[in-house]
Amino acid sequence: MAKSSPTKKAWRSLSWLGVIIVGLIIANGAGVLTGGGSWTPKLALDLEGGTQIILAPKLESGQTVSSEQLNQAVSIIRERIDAAGVSESEINTQGGQNIVVSIPGTPDDATLNRIQSSAKLEFRPVLVASAPTEDSVGADGSTATPTPGATDDAAAPETDAAADPAAETPAVAPTDASDLNNITPALQEQFDSFQCSNIDTSVVAPAGEPLITCEADGSVKYILGPVEVSGENISDATNGQVTTQSGATTGEWAVNIVFDGAGTKSFADVTTRLSGLEGAQNQFAIVLDGSVISAPRTLAVITDGKPQITGSFDQDTSKALADQLKFGALPISFTVQSQDTISATLGSTQLQSGLIAGLIGLILVVLYSLLQYRLLGLVTVASLAVAAVITYLLITLLSWREGYRLSLAGVAGLIVAIGITADSFIVYFERVRDELRDGRGLVSSVESGWKRAIRTIIASDTVNFLAAAVLFILAVGNVRGFALTLGLTTLVDLLVVALFTHPTLQLLARTKFFGDGHKLSGLDPRALGAVYRGRAQFKPSSEVASRKGSSSSKEAVKRQTIAERKAAELIGTGSGKSTDGKDS
Amino acid sequence: MASFNQFGNDLHTGKLSYNIVGRRKVWYLAAAAMILIAIVVPALRGGFTFGIEFTGGSEFVLSEISTQDQDAAATAVTDVVPAAAPRVSVVGTDSIRVQTDQLTDTESREVRSALATAYSLDPAQVTSSFIGPSWGQDITGSAIRALLTFLVLAGVVMALYFRTWKMAVAAMVALLHDLVITAGFYGITGFEITPAAVIGFLTILGYSLYDTVVVFDKIRENTAVDGPESRRTFAESVNLAVNQTLVRSINTSVVAVLPVASILVIGAFVLGAGTLRDISLALFIGMLVGTYSTIFIAAPLYAQMRENEPEIRKRDKKALALKAKAAGTSPVADVTHADITA
Repeated sequence: MAKSSPTKKAWRSLSWLGVIIVGLIIANGAGVLTGGGSWTPKLALDLEGGTQIILAPKLESGQTVSSEQLNQAVSIIRERIDAAGVSESEINTQGGQNIVVSIPGTPDDATLNRIQSSAKLEFRPVLVASAPTEDSVGADGSTATPTPGATDDAAAPETDAAADPAAETPAVAPTDASDLNNITPALQEQFDSFQCSNIDTSVVAPAGEPLITCEADGSVKYILGPVEVSGENISDATNGQVTTQSGATTGEWAVNIVFDGAGTKSFADVTTRLSGLEGAQNQFAIVLDGSVISAPRTLAVITDGKPQITGSFDQDTSKALADQLKFGALPISFTVQSQDTISATLGSTQLQSGLIAGLIGLILVVLYSLLQYRLLGLVTVASLAVAAVITYLLITLLSWREGYRLSLAGVAGLIVAIGITADSFIVYFERVRDELRDGRGLVSSVESGWKRAIRTIIASDTVNFLAAAVLFILAVGNVRGFALTLGLTTLVDLLVVALFTHPTLQLLARTKFFGDGHKLSGLDPRALGAVYRGRAQFKPSSEVASRKGSSSSKEAVKRQTIAERKAAELIGTGSGKSTDGKDS
Repeated sequence: MASFNQFGNDLHTGKLSYNIVGRRKVWYLAAAAMILIAIVVPALRGGFTFGIEFTGGSEFVLSEISTQDQDAAATAVTDVVPAAAPRVSVVGTDSIRVQTDQLTDTESREVRSALATAYSLDPAQVTSSFIGPSWGQDITGSAIRALLTFLVLAGVVMALYFRTWKMAVAAMVALLHDLVITAGFYGITGFEITPAAVIGFLTILGYSLYDTVVVFDKIRENTAVDGPESRRTFAESVNLAVNQTLVRSINTSVVAVLPVASILVIGAFVLGAGTLRDISLALFIGMLVGTYSTIFIAAPLYAQMRENEPEIRKRDKKALALKAKAAGTSPVADVTHADITA
């Protein structure tokens, strides 16, 4: 039993590995067939070039942009781009005025919008809503009649305030943002003549004052009260499909907002007030960059601080808005000043040299492994080859699904990973050799050496993976790309050593060449100190004599049969995990 | 090769043993000296040189060019300012963008005319401006936050896995040693610290701890097997573990350093300054120092930290007494163990 079971397990592990590789190839093939995928990974800015977008701030005359504002904008834009995938963009300021964004590939309009729009979100109560003025005819004939109902509403209360047409301040101080006293005669006049095509998104009205604006598609124009809740109070934003109460999706995309404590409270206050009002005043306008995305009627009081914004969203636009809201509004609005393709900064020679260097390094590693481990070195080489294949497929997949781009630093990281991957094999082989030196047969040396090695490999790989995960989650920019590469190679290392190197060795241990310890096998017990075998058998008896009671049990563990040890380790505290890891 | 096998065998049995843990004062002194050099020399040289990605720099845009040859621009810049590290790219179809380290006004003017000459343009067709850092404070800040989080988490994971916080502390000290020395190397040679170099540092961070965990796992195993009744003192158990993993350490560092060295040689001598050199230099130094510090700093430090625990003291006393007895009564008892203390 002890003989057949590891063999069976070995074949099972190898088949799993085959399944994984074939699965990756199929997934990638599907990507290629459906478009978007490719058999080669996409390259980053430094190797392939991309697009350089120069963003100029929208400034009114006399207004200047401070370096803090620029830096803040750079950091927000970077977060927005990072949220779209791991593309290693390059963003910097230029001449203390502009922002230069370099991204790989050619951006579409959605990407440009994601980068440049300010995304200043405000919730304002609707005071007056009316059909928009015809703005196509008569530039001066802007006295088009607003809907009577709306004007009446606006003009009816405190009509005496209209006595002074120049009044910039309300005659009666408004009690809250929904109070129609917010509408001064001057504002009313401005509203009457307002044309939806005139919206200037770069100038957003001060938060404390009413705002005249239109629905984003120009279908309705509004007078809105002062800001009740603003985007600064958003703690998180996600996108998703709207679900009905029964849980079915309606197919409509929405942005779900989570407010922080202050935002939740004011949102609850406002919805309480609005739900008691009627007509247009019952509506709560969601204003993005000066235009109204939607102005839903307030049907219920929202106390959990988790409103949902619907509008004419699709999956991409809702995701983009959610990302924009999450990272905050840009302190200033920008326009695209120029957009040009840009060639690679490093050129093809660097990549070529890097690959040549990697190849030379790989050959050296192979030679050294053969020198050190003889034919066992071939197992290292084969394992590295398997690791390379899996890593390549994963990177290609990631560059299709997650927008990962391989930069020169990434290539260097992959080459470096050769060493860390090979270390797992070295740790393993050395453990097997240690067991051989202790006088075991090869088959049992492989089993017990593996059990000790996998513990070490898992522990050390955990540290590496931890580094990768933390850096990927917390860091931004180039560091994230690196973290992805590191985490990927660590996982592949674990996968290959468990599903390829160990099973292969298990099978090889049963061949005559390795089992008999041929001189060239790298596992020749004679070369590994078979001369000590007699001593090793002799030594324990003297040691046991010198020890008493439980302390000798640990030494005894070394001489248990595999089955005994396996049973003992399952009971043991930490080792149960490593047994599982190996068996799977 | 047989001799290397023999070397490994002898290290495993203890026939051959380097007294690494015992001579810890020597290693501490060496480490202190290296760290001092790594801090003082760069400080005297005026700190680190940061690349254009960190400091910002000058940018020249050549418009209406007739050729898209990028090398001419690089040569024109380095002829005027050899250390400017130009990055050249073609923008659109008829202009070239050259980014360099921050230049003085005079240099800037000279570079402008050199570029104009190189592409037979009118100097007015070459505009120059200042560009801000692409690796700004926000990236540095987030990277440092991530780093600290990682160190805390890694410390906790190691303390849990090894069931002693002392191993975690010893590993962290060794890591610090590696980072200071690697960074010091950049300071001493005056190589620019670029994002590629920073990524190299981060790799070292993982590698150094990784290497320490591998060796500490053997130490944990040995010190557990050598129970309180062992003939070896605690320090000797640690020392044996270090010796037994020495072959692994040598093989691993050779295998890890070979590809890095080949990138470094090609990167530095064939291509000159650039991403490949920056990243591989940090890795090359860091990997060597990382392997070294595991053996010569982390392991002795761990043994020292544990030595003063009452239980370990008791055990060491017993082991020493046993040995004294063995030496007195039957000197042939165990050659292996006697050698370890030598």
